Amino acid sequence: MEQQELIPHLFRTEYRKIVSVLCKHFGPGQIETAEDIASDTFYTAAQTWPLRGLPPNPVAWLYNVAKNKARNQVQRHHLFNSKIAPGLKNDALSSIEMDIDLSEKNINDSQLQMMFAICHPAIPPEAQIGLALRILCGFGIEEIADAFLSNKETINKRLFRAKEKLRLEKLPIEFPPPAAIHERLETVLTTLYLLFNEGYYSESNDSVIRAELCVEAMRLTYLLIENEPTNLPQVNALFSLMCFHSSRLESRKNSHGEIVLYQDQDETLWNNELITKGAYYLRLASQGDTLSKYHLEASIAYWHTQKTDSAEKWETILQLYNRLLQLEYSPMAALNRTYALSKVYATQEDALIGKKAAITEAKKLNLAGNCLYHSLLAELYNEIDIEKAISHLQTAITLAKTQADKNMLSKKLVAYRQIARIW
Amino acid sequence: MDEFILIFRHEDGTKVASPEQIQVWMKQTMDWIGGIAAQNKFSMGIGLPFDDARVVKHNSVVTNGPFGDIKETIGGFIIVKANSVDEAVEFAKGCPVLQGDGNSVEVRKVGRKDGVH
Repeated sequence: MEQQELIPHLFRTEYRKIVSVLCKHFGPGQIETAEDIASDTFYTAAQTWPLRGLPPNPVAWLYNVAKNKARNQVQRHHLFNSKIAPGLKNDALSSIEMDIDLSEKNINDSQLQMMFAICHPAIPPEAQIGLALRILCGFGIEEIADAFLSNKETINKRLFRAKEKLRLEKLPIEFPPPAAIHERLETVLTTLYLLFNEGYYSESNDSVIRAELCVEAMRLTYLLIENEPTNLPQVNALFSLMCFHSSRLESRKNSHGEIVLYQDQDETLWNNELITKGAYYLRLASQGDTLSKYHLEASIAYWHTQKTDSAEKWETILQLYNRLLQLEYSPMAALNRTYALSKVYATQEDALIGKKAAITEAKKLNLAGNCLYHSLLAELYNEIDIEKAISHLQTAITLAKTQADKNMLSKKLVAYRQIARIW
Repeated sequence: MDEFILIFRHEDGTKVASPEQIQVWMKQTMDWIGGIAAQNKFSMGIGLPFDDARVVKHNSVVTNGPFGDIKETIGGFIIVKANSVDEAVEFAKGCPVLQGDGNSVEVRKVGRKDGVH
């Protein structure tokens, strides 16, 4: 790897490890100190490597420099005496000689513990994702702002408040006790799920950032799988879901950044390796009798990797949505269920009966303010009443949040108007 | 929004259905519940199989199943969210249990846990 590529790459993989270890060492109130030391370490690398050449082991070099900087920090600012000493009970001298443990085990443990600390219920979900991106994924403020379609100032404020919360609530950087793991894990999984969705559904036009968000979410989920106490069915199910979804990441958007609908996707672009991996983890997730929403969503995603329409496919998807909605309602799931319903009728009876039945069900959903609701109705009406289809599509365009979506829907509108003229 | 319980009452609990028939009913029931859940109006539901059913009577007399000497058997229930009893009745009308002649769905408002109801 070229040097100018190496530093950003190492930043992505090593920054979080250094921050997690230092943060665990200094305590949760010192996240910023840990971040400063880690950033400073990379700054030093960026300054010295081009001049003196690449060290033989860049990672070890970074760890060493980070350790030295941490030691200097403690000496220079008497941090130990003023802030840490009251919490520890050792004498000042041993802290200066402190040993920062950068072994693989401690790095992994620190990252996992950091994950639990960040995903503490006391921190609002949006801030959790922001903190996870910053600390566990090494994202820059600008990248986070871009992913959230927000600005740097807002993100900075959000992160600041979250860190304050960590400090004030004295949230410990440690594994929750075994009895609490299930409950706490739920928040962690939600954050990882949102983190992944942030990438998968991101309205950001930067495809590199979108893909990286997904990869980072998968990497963190995989850490939980590798760690015995958290290697639970729901974690495997979430990982499986991420594999299936990622397999379609390439085909979901065209070169103009516009969403390509599932039925229009080029399945030769789907990643078979990820599909196989998804199926493997779904099998692992099926051991035991846990049935989480991730199991259901992963199974739905699995069936979507079968491009050929069959009665079995849509019937199974419909039943999975039926169960998912019972576990947790979401407008997206309600709309997808209605679409599945139309497909079930279409494969069993005929397409028109399916669409009519789905229209009746869709109208009960009470989602008139939702863009997807109107684009679904447009889709269902297009062979029944083209004028109604056009009117729903127009409403969908006014409700669409991004230019890419507006463009995609407008293209469809042109096609519908052509149909209307032929009639 | 209030909660209403929809109780499925079967006229004759001794009728034995074929596994295929049971599967069709299951699917219809899941579609019916899914449709309610898609409106965010589903709270919970429990099916009550007719196997392992007992009736415990006065003087500790235990009989098999709630069948025979009483006219109706409860096959399960769901709890829905609805703005009025009429809305709950609309949900009940879609219940597949009603395909059986003589079966019924009883709609009852669930008492709020506020100590008044």
